Amino acid sequence: MKAGSNLEKVFESGEFAVTAEIGPPQSSNPEPLTHHAKMMKGSADAFNLTDNQTAVVRLSSIASAAIIMKEGIEPVIQMTCRDRNRIALQSDLLGASAIGVRNVLCLTGDHQTFGNEKSAKSVFDFDSVSELYTFDRLRTEGVQSGGEKIEDPPKVYLGCAENPFATPYEFRAMRLAKKIAAGADFVQTQAIFDMDMFESWMDEVRGRGLDKKVHILAGVIPMKTAGAARYMKNKVPGMIVPNYIIDRMKKASDPKEEGIKLCVEQIETLRTVKGVHGVHIMAVMWEEMVPRIVEMAGLMPRPAPK
Amino acid sequence: MIVAERKPLDEIAEMIAPFRKVAVIGCRSCVAICLAGGEKEVNMLVSAMKLKNRNEGREQEFDGFVLERQCEKEWVKEVEDRILASDIVLSMSCSLGAQTVGDMYPHKIVVPGLNTKMFGVPEEQGVWSEKCLGCGDCMISTTGGICPIARCAKSMLNGPCGGSSDGHCEVNLDIECAWYAIHERLKLQGRLDLMETVRPPKDWVPSHSGGRRVLVREDAKLTQHQKRGEEVVE
Amino acid sequence: MADRRPKVVGFCCERHAMDSSIFSARSGRTYDTGLRIIRVPCSGRVDGMHILNALEEGADAVFVLGCLEKNCYYDTGSVEGRKRVEYVKSMLSEVGLEPERVEMFNVSSSMAWKFPEIVSRMTEVARRLGPIGSGGGDGR
Repeated sequence: MKAGSNLEKVFESGEFAVTAEIGPPQSSNPEPLTHHAKMMKGSADAFNLTDNQTAVVRLSSIASAAIIMKEGIEPVIQMTCRDRNRIALQSDLLGASAIGVRNVLCLTGDHQTFGNEKSAKSVFDFDSVSELYTFDRLRTEGVQSGGEKIEDPPKVYLGCAENPFATPYEFRAMRLAKKIAAGADFVQTQAIFDMDMFESWMDEVRGRGLDKKVHILAGVIPMKTAGAARYMKNKVPGMIVPNYIIDRMKKASDPKEEGIKLCVEQIETLRTVKGVHGVHIMAVMWEEMVPRIVEMAGLMPRPAPK
Repeated sequence: MIVAERKPLDEIAEMIAPFRKVAVIGCRSCVAICLAGGEKEVNMLVSAMKLKNRNEGREQEFDGFVLERQCEKEWVKEVEDRILASDIVLSMSCSLGAQTVGDMYPHKIVVPGLNTKMFGVPEEQGVWSEKCLGCGDCMISTTGGICPIARCAKSMLNGPCGGSSDGHCEVNLDIECAWYAIHERLKLQGRLDLMETVRPPKDWVPSHSGGRRVLVREDAKLTQHQKRGEEVVE
Repeated sequence: MADRRPKVVGFCCERHAMDSSIFSARSGRTYDTGLRIIRVPCSGRVDGMHILNALEEGADAVFVLGCLEKNCYYDTGSVEGRKRVEYVKSMLSEVGLEPERVEMFNVSSSMAWKFPEIVSRMTEVARRLGPIGSGGGDGR
């Protein structure tokens, strides 16, 4: 055991894991977090707290983690390299570990031009790979980026993200290999709509034996409308949504129900893919649907935390 | 070269408004090549300012001229009398030229007529693109000759981020993804193995993060004797 | 042209533009204006600097006349001319002057009727706006 988190234990037990995302509010009010934590408790093994996602200022992911932990659910804090240099990143990692956070997702981060503080000076001292590399050395050897040895290294399970649908496609499995070499224990993928493309990425992942070295959580997003599907296809860089999915959403008499059904079907398909060890559900602004989706996908009850 | 762009004319007009005699000094180096501060641009700026003044009934005197290189003291020294005769200097050079004049004549108010944008190259007529950030530790031998520090919006060290879309950057779809370009170049050269190497955190000390940089070459520096113009006596 | 107002300066390329002005003169047209024609080898040779200098020297309006864009003697010369004119217009706007004081037109040699039209149009603009700094022309 590297960190002893619930997520790590579920992976180690060989169970099909479930993680879900909680977006912290754009306010100092902890209530929405508590509300989501209560509502989603028991529907996933750990919950991602996004780090100022799309560069929009939100309640911090580490503070959010502290809040949801009070409700007895396990956080995965996302840590991007956009806003913090190596001093702040390492400091926050120590702090997160100190308050009991055991899962950390290392990300480069969306560029600030997408958010609501476009004038910000970007940091990008690290990228996600050098962040993983540094955090891994910090936890295993107790050595800081600058070389100083520290006492009581952080106990964290390290994750990363990968997008099989971003160019150059042929580099995407190699990029995962780099992240594993740098220290990643698990990976959450970008939302998958194009199963064929995902399969061909997984072929290469398996070909390189990466599924044996890292736990792969396949990403899914339940959609509310055909418009949302079109938006993701056309406006979100590095996202591929096949037309038949948009058509299906468009023709549905109850698009929300159809979106849920589609998501459940996707999870069922992903479960059959060799090397996939779990799913990551990103129900952005629709968190209350997560328990139902997990239930419908036949993934309830979740293993009890030990 | 250093690529610059003229400031909006109203901003320039506002900076020089309180002064009567304005020396407008261009530069024949980089900023002339990038059509921002050469002879023609100085001439046009002076014309435009005179027209504005005529239209608004304001009086100002302009003395526009161009130096070979405004960042070199020797060239600036040659026009000392014209600088000293002015009430304000409007530098149509990059910030380096403006600061050279300002440092040489600290009593003189020197304002910039250009915004210094980047180290860039002319891609085609009228198009310049950034290709270096002056990080002080060039790494392009390992990236197919393409700099990810300057050409990637996130200065990624280990390959493209998840926003690389059809080979374009998520921040601006008109701009190529630097790491996509690196990948294609290395593929062409049969060196894709370089993509697989994990690059640890970059040492930013040689960059501006290590503090202001001053480069000293002892072999090129003048000796005290030389500076005083004395003959070296054995 | 001494101090006849309004003063209009026309930069005319020596190919189609000059031809059209000559043909129109041959047909007996005269202009009630201080028109000054500056013959240039190509409208693409006209720089923003020349246009601004003309205004600075007292022109109330300036036009550049080149070949038709798809039939330019120097292929893309009149396209270049148009870009320069557009740039000068943007500079004029930035300093609070009327961009319509400067215009680009295209003619072919055979369009003798168009030349007087262009001159009238620019004369009208110059008359309406008046000399720069005069506080306005007839139109105000």
